[in-house]
Amino acid sequence: MEKIQYTELKECRAGFGEGLLEAGKQNEDIVALCADLTASVKMDAFAKAFPERFFQIGIAEANMIGMAAGFALSGKIPFVGSFANFCTTRVLDQIRMVVAYSNNNVKICGSHAGVTTGEDGATHQVMEDIGFIKGLPNMVVINPCDFNQTKAATLAIANYKGPVYLRFGRPKMPNFTPENQQFEIGKAVVLKEGKDISIFATGHLVYPALEAAYMLHDKGIAAEVINIHTIKPLDNKAVLDSVMKTKCVVTAEEHLLNGGLGDSVAQLLVRNYPVPQEYVAMEDRFGISGKPEEVLSYFGLDKEHIFNASLKAIQRKK
Amino acid sequence: MPNKERITRLENQATQSRRDILRMVYAAQSGHPGGSLGCIDYMTALFSNVMRRSPKDFRMDGKDQDMFFLSNGHITPCLYSALARSGYFDIKELATFRKLDSRLQGHPSVHDHLPGIHVASGSLGQGLSVALGAAEAKKLNKDPYLVYVLAGDGELQEGQNWEAIMYAGAKKVDNLILTVDYNLKQIDGPIDKVLDLGDLAGKFRAFDWHVLEGNGNNMEELLDVLSQAKAACGKGKPVVFLMRTEMGYGVDFMMGTHKWHGTPPNEEQFNMAIAQIKETLGDY
Repeated sequence: MEKIQYTELKECRAGFGEGLLEAGKQNEDIVALCADLTASVKMDAFAKAFPERFFQIGIAEANMIGMAAGFALSGKIPFVGSFANFCTTRVLDQIRMVVAYSNNNVKICGSHAGVTTGEDGATHQVMEDIGFIKGLPNMVVINPCDFNQTKAATLAIANYKGPVYLRFGRPKMPNFTPENQQFEIGKAVVLKEGKDISIFATGHLVYPALEAAYMLHDKGIAAEVINIHTIKPLDNKAVLDSVMKTKCVVTAEEHLLNGGLGDSVAQLLVRNYPVPQEYVAMEDRFGISGKPEEVLSYFGLDKEHIFNASLKAIQRKK
Repeated sequence: MPNKERITRLENQATQSRRDILRMVYAAQSGHPGGSLGCIDYMTALFSNVMRRSPKDFRMDGKDQDMFFLSNGHITPCLYSALARSGYFDIKELATFRKLDSRLQGHPSVHDHLPGIHVASGSLGQGLSVALGAAEAKKLNKDPYLVYVLAGDGELQEGQNWEAIMYAGAKKVDNLILTVDYNLKQIDGPIDKVLDLGDLAGKFRAFDWHVLEGNGNNMEELLDVLSQAKAACGKGKPVVFLMRTEMGYGVDFMMGTHKWHGTPPNEEQFNMAIAQIKETLGDY
């Protein structure tokens, strides 16, 4: 079996930064707004290349979301950058009224998402954001899995008209998807085919899902691994096609169990094709400080837990 | 049109809109008559005289025309009547206010593409930020037109406004005119009892704004202050007009109290109120 292997470790946020710069070159309607985290969220290259289209808002995220709506309705394409919690949970009502309900073409780009923000601890480790934002009508929610995909997703959302939440992480992680890939919003990517279990993963947990599938392969189990980079709208067909074949599911995500990818998959399946499902996600609690890899393992968000959850789901089929 | 004639025309229109407001809120048995009656002179002046925008050419993106944002979204009876009476849509549509399948939602919505509305509002404290984005977009586009915003005074208790006020002053957003409906009342009572705004003019000056004050229930004075506000644009400072109004203006028992913020009149109260306001242009 040919295994997908990563070429190097790279940051998703850096992919966002490169994508934003390239999008800015392609389309002069793109503007960027940042609330005093320009280098952290990698908007500095855009800011340097297009100073007249870069707006430093100061530490005022509520005003930033409102201004982005104003830019969008005026025909601009605003990219709003901050840490994922400061541009989602902190400003949920602003997003709800002037972005989602008003259907404004705002791109909310949240870096440092999840527990892989690591040492900063729970205040900065947003694990609830997918649930909050996908709960808003009109919002698209995208959680790419590596540097290359984050860059491709950034370029893709620039060409999509409508409000989007793009969620990505801070640390260096395996970069394993193709360079210069075409990114299709709402289209799941089958990374490995298999007939015994479907593993649906998103974000930083896609690579561990692949590793778990290879561990299962060594046990004679054929796991299918599908990268759900777009959580909303969910690729219903891809999920159902896979599950009708495998009859059991593991979902894996760097997010709370409540409101995440697992819930979206469960909602689809329970209404169409109920099968045993196991979640690899964080229980109902807040994060802790530590190195990214340490914290992921502490909360069971790694290949071993995906492997074990897969065995359990397969067991439940019988 | 000579000044005096123009003022009379606008006063007549505002008077008719006061009837619209009462009739809409009474028919829906919900809505916000107090602030609507207080702001209708301003809204009439803006849409029928001050703004450089023809109702038929309304553009969602506001390119090459003045734009308006209503931050205190609850005064929709005032907004809808002023828009309809200025020619944005048929006045007959006012009868659908707050009803199922109406474009005239309880609070402004862009969902139904009602001309004159750029963004939803009603969750308070957000209109100025959106207007700032539009104003910055105009500057990027080298579009010389202006952005108008109306906010309530109680609404200034929302912190987001002060983020926006700080931004506008520091970044010299001088193509924007904020009007504050300075009626000194909010839902729970007089502002100074709920949370006093203190020296509001001084606060705006401290944030480097150009401050104007005047009576928002006197058409001649309103037009004068709004033309001063226009003239003050383009000089490196955002402009704020602290507009003194009387909540419930035009109906004696609705004035001098905060009680009509969001309460519709019953039949007896409606009859008393409507009798005080002349039908100048014909009811919808």
